[in-house]
Parts: sequence; structure tokens; C-alpha cells
Amino acid sequence: MMRLVRAVLVVGVLLALNRLLPSFLNPYYMRVLMLCGISVILAVSLNLINGFTGQFSIGHAGFMAVGAYVSAVFSLHLGAGWMRSLAALGLPESMAQGATLLAALLIGGAAAAVAGYLVGLPSLRLRGDYLAIVTLGFGEIIRVLITNIDAVGAARGLPGIPGWANFFWVGLWVVVVVLVSMRLARSTHGRALFAIRDDEVAAEALGVDTTSYKVLAFVLGSFFAGIAGGLFAHYNAYLHPNSFTFLKSIEVIAMVVLGGTGSVTGAILAAIVLTILPEALRSAQELRMVIYSLMLIVLMITRPQGLLGSRELSWPRFLRRRAAAEGS
Amino acid sequence: MVNGVTWGSVYALIALGYTMVYGILRLINFAHGDVYMLGAFFGYFAARWIGAAQDPNPFKAVLVLIASMVACGIVGVIIERCAYKPVRRSSRLAALITAIGVSLLLENGGILVFGPDPKFFPQIIPAHEIRLGLGVTISNQQVIILLVSLVLMVALRAVVLYTRTGKAMQAVSFNHTAAALMGISVDRIITFTFMLGSMLAAAAGVLVALQNPKIEPLMDIMPGLKAFVAAVLGGIGNVPGAVIGGLVMGIAEVLVVGYVSPTYRDAIAFVLLIVILLVRPAGILGQNVAEKV
Amino acid sequence: MTQDLLLELDHVTMRFGGLKAVADLSLQVGRGELVGLIGPNGAGKTTVFNLITGVYAPTVGRILFQGRAIHGLKPHVIAHRGITRTFQNIRLFGSRCCRDNVCIAAHQHATAGLLDAVLRTSRFARDERDMMRQADELLEVMGLTAWADVRAADLPYGQQRRLEIARALAGRPELLLLDEPAAGLNPQESDHLMALINDIQHRFRVTVLLIEHDMRVVMGICRRIAVLDYGIKIAEGTPQQIRTDPKVIEAYLGEEVPADLGADA
Repeated sequence: MMRLVRAVLVVGVLLALNRLLPSFLNPYYMRVLMLCGISVILAVSLNLINGFTGQFSIGHAGFMAVGAYVSAVFSLHLGAGWMRSLAALGLPESMAQGATLLAALLIGGAAAAVAGYLVGLPSLRLRGDYLAIVTLGFGEIIRVLITNIDAVGAARGLPGIPGWANFFWVGLWVVVVVLVSMRLARSTHGRALFAIRDDEVAAEALGVDTTSYKVLAFVLGSFFAGIAGGLFAHYNAYLHPNSFTFLKSIEVIAMVVLGGTGSVTGAILAAIVLTILPEALRSAQELRMVIYSLMLIVLMITRPQGLLGSRELSWPRFLRRRAAAEGS
Repeated sequence: MVNGVTWGSVYALIALGYTMVYGILRLINFAHGDVYMLGAFFGYFAARWIGAAQDPNPFKAVLVLIASMVACGIVGVIIERCAYKPVRRSSRLAALITAIGVSLLLENGGILVFGPDPKFFPQIIPAHEIRLGLGVTISNQQVIILLVSLVLMVALRAVVLYTRTGKAMQAVSFNHTAAALMGISVDRIITFTFMLGSMLAAAAGVLVALQNPKIEPLMDIMPGLKAFVAAVLGGIGNVPGAVIGGLVMGIAEVLVVGYVSPTYRDAIAFVLLIVILLVRPAGILGQNVAEKV
Repeated sequence: MTQDLLLELDHVTMRFGGLKAVADLSLQVGRGELVGLIGPNGAGKTTVFNLITGVYAPTVGRILFQGRAIHGLKPHVIAHRGITRTFQNIRLFGSRCCRDNVCIAAHQHATAGLLDAVLRTSRFARDERDMMRQADELLEVMGLTAWADVRAADLPYGQQRRLEIARALAGRPELLLLDEPAAGLNPQESDHLMALINDIQHRFRVTVLLIEHDMRVVMGICRRIAVLDYGIKIAEGTPQQIRTDPKVIEAYLGEEVPADLGADA
């Protein structure tokens, strides 16, 4: 009962913010906020693969691209039909729109999950570095494929996607992905993933089906990446393969690493910081990437475990630390 | 076909650098491809400086090559000392990210310093064609590329197999601790390896610029990545393997472009990569190293 | 001691390329036994463990557990069948606390699925409660209660060894494989260990197969000992028989002869 109340509360808050925020923030800030949300989903989803399970996946942009394009195609070709059917059932237009968007997102996510499965399953035999290369290769192959498929605009890009994604939807999925991640982390399944990261041989010897769990991490992570892609498609209203290059994968990796692999709150913080930073540096356009790469290097040299390591930011722990510091 | 072999030898040169560094450090030096780009640029500046285009002669061309190789050797050492050495103790993921960071830095730094517009590499060796019969033509530039590559590869092999430093390199690639216990300065060997690899990449850069004179800071991502695939193909950590991998890569690419479609040129590299990793992860000549339980 | 045959290695050979790590080994372990596996370094003892637990599949031969073939099965399946182990080089989940380390081994007995975990159903809550409780019980038996929330990597060496055993027990095994549990322990600590292993055997009714170099421990608790040298079983019998077997003494002569091989334990 409590849980239902909490869920309704969250939805309510999101809807309210959705209505109110545009009147407080100018469009530029809104855009940054939305992009932050999408980045958070990407970072937390990659954290499942790289952080929890310790697998080197560096082609995450590929999964995002799959989700983006599949959901866009759905909306462009089947969207109108769906909305009509739903309206005919008596649903008000905003709900019909929302339902269609949800369908598009889920289909995009599912496609990305399938891609994750196809990439994950054969690659899991490979050791760290090799897995990294394969995931990189996959990301690039996806991009090249998209660039060659005329039906989705190829190198010209795909315009005209209905811009249904608003703060509510992005916010909702942020909540979902964070919730799933955190609950997973504090469960036996999460423990199994961490065990695989710490020592795969021991985990296997103690009864953890490492292959299944690694695939699970991939599928789950790519599903949410696909959702992020779908949200991006329906927010940007335009897709171009250049948004999903290796560079994008690197940006997401940087977020996970900066936050501390394995830490969900870390990934959230880092995603926000690393989305806002390039925007803030927009004025120094040429320097932007130089600063960014320098930052990566310096970070790795000075604090390779990221800001939070594998710990989570939490209020009780923070208070405990204050008490301990004052006590001693 | 000749094109394939030519490109193949270029990939091989770059791949050698990747493979050597991986053999010693188990690190995929993403920045290696960017050293190749720097090689082309250093060559460009060297050629401009000594006016090699005005009065082309082989001596000046060689000078350009050497200048570029030396410069990149130094760059390689700097990169190793400043960026890679500190993270040697950290996790593999951290090292990987550092490598990616350096790569990005070089690329974007290049844009900053050199300007984003492509430069045109001067014709330090004028081109003309040589007919070999059987309808096969080859340009003298391609001959030069092949020859120089060959010379460099042979030289490398000689160094690795016959000199003390070369043997030390082999020792370090097997086991750092054991090598150190035998009195080998592991740090110095690592630096030396980086230097060698960078020099080879520089040479590759100059050679490619000979034939494709348009150079820009972002030119390297693709050849660099492909060379990496070549290294994996041949068995990463394995020197002759890198050569074979490079050749296979070059030829495969040309075949695909010729028979399938030019737009898939880049993808073939990754398809090859995935196939090889799934079928025979050790590469054509590599050995599997099993983990001790 | 019943003669119920729990584990059987039937003419098992393990070849790595040209090297025969284990050669034509036949070994039987009955339910409830405490059997020791000894031999000079490199004799293939850990390889035997790896074969039993499915890390390797034997080149030749069969391995049967409770009458069913387990050779060629994946390690986690074998763990589900009831065989768990500790490792020669400690392989703890360093970033996790002790309790979590133990819980992970109990994972195979969890009934709550992924959806249960995400939705936090009552089945999930019950599973977690049971797992935590069992983990705490095990930690108490092993004397690790004070360390329950400490990161495994931060533990002192002796406690790490105990944690490994606690973890292996959490899988509720029928057969427990201990790989050099006394390594690095001083005589007082290994005395505790011997008592602990005996206690575990009786409390959890588990069969134990033990690799060990510390002869005091081996002679002290094992009722039957098999001796390996270069992958071949050269002797098998009671501690008294092994102690005086000339082949065994000769095998160890290449190394420093353990001082207590001939002494009374």
C-alpha cells in the first residue's frame, strides 16, 4: 500500500514539474536539463555493465543508436495509426500521445536489448581488453550500417520525429533506471554481479552462473541505453548517425568512471557534471575537447577509482561521518 | 591488389607499434594512431622547412622521414612518462581510459595547434608510373612505401632478436618481475618500446602522406583503428603476426572496396575484428595464455 | 564411517599440451570421510581440485559425484550439485563485506527472481532475511562476527582464510574441498584450524577433501591420505602407513623433508 502511494506521489511530482518548469527556465536551460536526464540514464545503464559486473563495454553508443532509430521509425510510420486507434477508444489526445511514445520507447529498448544479447553472448568468453574491442567494433558497425540504410536517412539524417518526449517522460525513466539499479545492487542478483567483477573464477566456483549474469547485465544495460536513445530521438526530433560515434561512447564511459564504477549515485552526479561542463565551456569551443581529454587523463592518474569509488552517496552515511569526525 | 599490399604494409607498420606495447604492458595504446598523424604533420613541417618540394631529391626525402621519426619518438616517450607510467599500477580500465584521453588530447590538440584545415603534404618525391606488365601498374611512390616499410620491419626484427635491448624487450613482455630480477630496467625498456613504436608510426604517417597528400588532425582515427585490428588479427603481442595482420587487412579492404561497396570500407575492419575474436581470439599467430586458478 | 561412495575419480588424466599434470588417477572418497591429498609442489594437487570443480575437463577418464558424472560440467553446475571449495591463493570478493561474501555463496539457493528483487516482493524480503541470518550464523561459527561488515580485502590474513571456508560452507555442500587452508598460519593458528575443521565436519555433516603442506595438520585430522607426485598417485593409506612409506619419503627427498613426516603428530 505504501509503495503504491509512493509511486503515485513520484508520478505526481513529475507531472507537476513538467507543467511548471518551462515557466521558470528558459528553453536553453530546459534543453540542458533534458540532456542531463538522458545522460543520467545512459550512465546508470552503462554502470550496470562496466561498474557492477566489471565488463569493459565501450560501444554503448551503438545500443543507444539502435533504440533511437527503431523507436523513431516506429513513431514515424506507425505512430499516427496508433494514436488514431487509441483516440477511437476514447483516450484524450495527450494520453494517446503518451501511450504511443511509451510503445515506441519500449520497442526501441527491446531492440537495443536484443542487440545487447547478440553482442554479449559470444563476446563473454573474451577477456577484458578483447571484450572492449569487440564492443567498440560493434558500436562502429552499427553506425556504419545506419549511415548506409537509406530508409532511415543514411548520412542525411532522419528528420521529423514527433517531439513527444518532455520532462515528465525523461524524468520518469530516470527514476525507473535508478530504482532498478539500486534495488538490483542490494539484492542477491546484484551481489552476484559484483562477485563476477571481483573474481569471476571464484564466483563461478560458488554457484554463480557467470555467463548468464554477464549477458543479463548486457541486456539490461543496453535496454536502458535504447530507452535513452528513444527519448533523445523524440526530444531532438532529428537523428544523425554522427550523434552515436565512438566519442559518444567515451563520454558515457567517462561519466561512469568519474562517478566511480559501481556507484549509482556517482554515475548520476558525474553524468550531470559532464553534461553541464561542455555546455558551460561552449564559449571556448576549440579548447573544450582539449580540456575534456586532459581532465580524463588527470582523473585517471590521480584518482582512478572515481569520485565515489564503489560507495553510494547516502544521507545516513553522511551524517554518520559527521558524527564520527566530531566525536574523535 | 598492389594497393592492398601497399596499404597493408602501412597498417603493418602501425600495427607493430600497437603489438609491441601490448606485449609489454598489456595496454591497448589508443593514442598510437594519433602518433601516426603527428608523424605526417612533423614530416610536413620538416619538408616545408628544408624546402624539399622545391628541389626534390631522395636525400632530402630521407631527411624528412628521419626528422619525423625522431620527433615522434620523443613524443612517444613523453606520452609514456607523463600519462601511462602513473597509471601502470591502476586497473586496466583506468589505463584504457587514459589511453583514450591521450588520443583525444592529441587529436584535439592537433586541431588547436595545426588548425582544422587540411594541409597538403609537399611532393617530395614526384610521382610516375611503372608498368609491370600483366596490366599491373605501380607508382614509384608505392614502390617506395613498400621498400621503406620492408626495411623498417627487417630492422625492427633485427633489433628485437639480436640486440641486448631487443632481448630485454622480449623478457619484459613475458614477465616484468622476472625481468627486473635479472637486472633489466623495466622502465627503460618500456620507454624504449614506446619510442620504437612511435617511430614506426611516424614513418607510416610520412609514407601515407606521400601518396595521399591531404593531411588533417582527424585523419588518423580510421587507419589507427584498422591497424589495431590488424595487430589483433595477427595475434596481439606477436611481431610477425602484426605484419601478416596488416597485409591481410590491406588486401581485404581493397577487395571489399572493389567488389562490394566503398562505403563499407571502414566497416570491414570491424567485421574482421569480430570474426577473428570469436573464431580465434589469439589471432593468426598468437598463443592463448591461460589463467592460473 | 559409512562406505557410501560420494566422489570417484576413475582413471583421470589431465594433459596440457605435452604436459601430463594428472596421470591415470583413481581416487575414491566416501561420505563423511576426511581425506588428505598431499605431495611435493607441482604434483598436480590443485589440478585435481580444478578437475573436480569443473574448471578443467579431464582429457581422459570420468569423475562421478553421488553416482552421477560431473566431468565436463560447468563449475557453477557442479557447485549446485553440492561441491564447493576454497582456493590456494585466496580469492575473496575484496570489495564486498564479509557477510556479502558469504551471502553470494548462498545465491544458488535463492528463490526470488530478478523481478522479485526489483519489485521488492515479500518473497524477496524473505529470501534476503534467510540469507542474512544464515550468513551471520556461519560467521559466528567461524569466529568472524566482529568482521561481518568489514570489506573482505581489509581483513587480516588469518580471518581471510576463515572467510573463504565460511563462504564455501554457505553453499551447503556435501563435499568441501579445502586447498591449503593452513598456508601461512603459525602453529597456534593451525591448531585452531584443525579443531575448526573437525567441528565443521560434525556440525554440517560435510565430507572434506583437503590439500595441505603442513604435515602436522594433515597427520592430525585426516583419517586417510593420498599422495601425489608428478600427477601420479604413489601411495594411499592411513597417516601411519603414509608416514613410513618409502616411496613417499623418496618423493619428498627432492624437497626439504617436512620435519614432522617421521615424528609423532
